[in-house]
Amino acid sequence: MKVYPYIIEFLQIAIFLGIAPAFTGWVRMLKCWTQGRTSAGLFQPYRDIMKLFSKDVILADNASWIFRFTPYLIFGTAVLAGGIVPMLSIDLPITSTADVIVLVALFAIARFFTALAGMDIGTAFGGMGSSREMTIASLAEPAMLMAIFTVSLASKSTSLSQMVHVIYSGQSVLRPSLVFALLAFILIALAETGRIPVDNPATHLELTMIHEAMILEYSGRHLALIEWANMMKLFLFTALGIATFFPWGIAASGDIGFIPAALLIMMLKLGIAGAGLVLLETGLAKMRIFRLTEFLGSAFLLATLGMLSYFILE
Amino acid sequence: MSILIDALTSALNDEVRIDKWQRPSSVLCCTVPVEKFAEAAWILLKKKYALLAAEWATDETPFGRGFGIFACYRWGKEYLIVRSELPADNPEFPSLTRRYLPAYRFERQMQSLMGVVPIGHPDARPWIKFEDWPQDAWPMRKSFDALKPLPRVAGEYKFVRTEGEGVYEIPVGPVHAGIIEPGHFRFQAVGEDIINLEERLGYVHKGIEKRFEALSWQDGSRLAGRVSGDTTVAHSLAYCMALESMTGCSVPARAQWLRALFLEIERIANHLGDLGAICNDAAFALMLYQMMRLKEMLLRSNHKLFGHRFIMDRIIPGGVSVDIDTDGKELMLSELKKLLKEFNRLVAIYDENSSLEDRVRDTGILIPEKAREICAVGIVARASGMNLDCRTQNPFPPYDRINVNVPVLISGDVHARAWVRVEEVRESIRIIREILETLPSGEISSKVEMPSPDTSGFSAVEGWRGEIIYWLQAGPGGEVNRCMVRDPSSVNWLGLEQCIHGNIVPDFPLCNKSFNQSYSGHDL
Repeated sequence: MKVYPYIIEFLQIAIFLGIAPAFTGWVRMLKCWTQGRTSAGLFQPYRDIMKLFSKDVILADNASWIFRFTPYLIFGTAVLAGGIVPMLSIDLPITSTADVIVLVALFAIARFFTALAGMDIGTAFGGMGSSREMTIASLAEPAMLMAIFTVSLASKSTSLSQMVHVIYSGQSVLRPSLVFALLAFILIALAETGRIPVDNPATHLELTMIHEAMILEYSGRHLALIEWANMMKLFLFTALGIATFFPWGIAASGDIGFIPAALLIMMLKLGIAGAGLVLLETGLAKMRIFRLTEFLGSAFLLATLGMLSYFILE
Repeated sequence: MSILIDALTSALNDEVRIDKWQRPSSVLCCTVPVEKFAEAAWILLKKKYALLAAEWATDETPFGRGFGIFACYRWGKEYLIVRSELPADNPEFPSLTRRYLPAYRFERQMQSLMGVVPIGHPDARPWIKFEDWPQDAWPMRKSFDALKPLPRVAGEYKFVRTEGEGVYEIPVGPVHAGIIEPGHFRFQAVGEDIINLEERLGYVHKGIEKRFEALSWQDGSRLAGRVSGDTTVAHSLAYCMALESMTGCSVPARAQWLRALFLEIERIANHLGDLGAICNDAAFALMLYQMMRLKEMLLRSNHKLFGHRFIMDRIIPGGVSVDIDTDGKELMLSELKKLLKEFNRLVAIYDENSSLEDRVRDTGILIPEKAREICAVGIVARASGMNLDCRTQNPFPPYDRINVNVPVLISGDVHARAWVRVEEVRESIRIIREILETLPSGEISSKVEMPSPDTSGFSAVEGWRGEIIYWLQAGPGGEVNRCMVRDPSSVNWLGLEQCIHGNIVPDFPLCNKSFNQSYSGHDL
C-alpha cells in the first residue's frame, strides 16, 4: 500500500480548511478595491470566524435537534467534499472511491438540512429562504449533473481523478463540448455559492435573501461553522472548475515532491478565478428572483448543448 | 379672490366665513359649519380637483372654544384652509376619507391623539398611538400632562387578514437589519407575490407637536430642525417662514438667498445618498460607495463653511446665523464642478448597466391616478406625472426670481423616482451657481417680534422629499397654542402600500428605498 496518497489527502484537506477563508478574503479584498474602498485585508474572514467561535450560541426555545445538528453536518460534508475534488494531486484515496455524483449528493444533503433548519424555528424569513433555496436547487442540480456528465463522457468515467487525468493528458484541448460545459458550470457555480447576480452575500435586507435567510437564526459557533463551510464551498466550486477544466499543474503522480509546485499553481489559478468573479459581481446587479429560472435554464441548455456537441462533433 | 374660495362660496353661499387671523395673506382660511365640512371637501374635489394637503385638529379651550378641525386644500399655486369648530362635549365631525384618501391616516391620527371623532371613517384602529395606551389618553389635548407617565393597558392591533390556500404572512420589523428607522410592515403573500402590504408606523413617536407647545417661538426653530434629521434645513425653514408670516417680519434679501442655498445643498446631499442606496438594494454596491463619497465631500464642505455637516440650526427666525464669504463661494463652486463631473460619470454607469435597468424599470409602479388619489407630493408625485413643486408653484423668495426646471416623469416606477433625483441634482447644482452669482449683500438676519394672540401662520417649503407644511397658532397670551407639522412622508407612505401590489417580496426593499420616506417625520 502506498502511503503518500494518504498523506497528500490529509495535506489537501488541511490546506483546504486553512486557505478557504483566505480565498473569501481575497475576493472581498478585490471587491473593495473595484469599488474604490480600502479593504479589511486578506485575513478578515479568519478574524470573523474566531469572533463567532468565541461567542455564545443563542437558541430559540423551539429549536429541534435538526437546528443544532445542521451546522456540523454542513461543515462535515464540506470537509468531505474537499477530499473528493483533486486540488493538489490526482492520486487521492477518497477521489478514487467517491465519484462526482457523490459530490453532488453531498451538496444536496447539506442543502436539504439547511432548508430544514431554516424552517425549524418557524420564522417567516427561514421558510422564505428555504423555499427559494429549493427552487434554485431543483433547477441547479440537474444542470450541474448535466455539465459534469458532459465532461464524464469525454473521459468515459464519473471519477474525478479519471476526468482530470484524461483532460490533463492533452487529448481534449478546445473541445466544443467542454466549452459549453464550462459556461454552464460557471452559471451553476454562481447560483450554488450564492453570488451576485443570484444572491447577494453582503446584504442586510431580509426580504431579498436566499441563503442568508435560512441561517438568520444562527449564532456563535454554529454560525462560525456555517460561515466557514460557505467559504469552503466557494473555494470548492472554484477548485472543482479548475480541476475539471484547467487541471494543468495538479500533480499527476502520487509523488509528494510535486506538491509545493502544485500548491503554488493552484493558488495562482484561484487568484485569477477570484478576480474574474469579482469583475463579474461588480459589474452586475442582482437579478429579479424569477429571472433565476431563465438563468439556470440557460445553464441546463448550455450543458445539454455540450453533451449534444460531444455526440455530433467528437 | 382665489379660485378655491370662489368655488366654495358659490356653492355654500353665506355659510362660508373668511377668517381674518390667517397669515400670510396669500393663504386663505375660511370657517364652515361642521356639518358642511365634508361637503366642502366634496365641492372642492368635484369642481376643482383640489388636492388635500393636510388635515389636523386643534384644542382651542384656551380661547374658550371647543376644538378646531382644519383641512388644507391645494390647487395649483393656491392653498385654502377650511376650518370648522367642534363643541368640547361632542367632538364629532364628518370624515373626509371617502373623498380624499390621505385623510384616512390624518383622521385616525386626529382621533388617536386629539380625541375628535371622524364620523363615517372606515377604520377605527388607532394610528401613531399604541394600543397599550389607555383609550382616553389624548396627548394633544391641553388637559393632557405630558410629564406624567401613562399606565399600560392590554391591547391588540388587528392587522388586515388575507385568507386562502397558500397565503402566508411575513412580519418585518419594527427593528430592521440595517441602520434605519423602525417601522413594521405586514405582508400577505402567495409564494413570492405580494397580495397586500400593511404599514404600521408610530414607533418613533416623540410627541414633537406637543413639545412645540411648551417651547418659546424662538426655540421652536431648533425643534423643527430635529423633526426629521435628514431634512433639518427644510423643516426649520418652514417653521421660520410660518412664524415670520405671523409677525410680519421681513427677512433680509441676503438671508433669503442663503436659505435657498442651504435648501439646495440639502437636496443634493440626500439625493446622492438615495441614488446610491437604491442601487445597493439591487446589489450594485459600486454606486453606493461612490455616491456616498460624493455626499461626504459635500457634507465636509458644509462643516467647513457653515459649521455643521447637515447645516442644522443655521436657519433662525428672522434670517440665518451663518454667512458665506468670497473664499467660501470659490470653494463651493470648485467642489460643485468636481461633483457634477463625477456625478455624470456615475449616472452614465447607472444608465448603461442593463442588469440594473432590469431591476429598476417597471418595479413598484405608482400609476399617476393612484398618485393623485393619495395626493402624493415631492419626488414621488413628480415620478408619477404630477407637476408639483412649491419652488415654482408657490414660490417663496428667492425662488420667485430663480427659474426652476421641474423634472416630471410618468412611468412611476423605481427608475422614475431615481431619475427625478438625478435631474434634480443637476438642477440644484445649477441653482446653487445662480445663487452664488447673484447673492445680494446686506444683513443676514432681522429681529422677529412675537406674534399677536389668536393669529396663525402657514408655510409650504419644498424640501428634498417634497412639500413640507407648517401651520402655527398663537394662543390667547401670544404663546404657541399649536404647531402642525406635515412632512411629505405623512402622505407618501400611502403610496408605498399602493405601488407594491403585483410585485414580489424580494423587490420590496428596492421599492421602499426609492420612496425613502421619513419615519420620524411621519410619526412626529
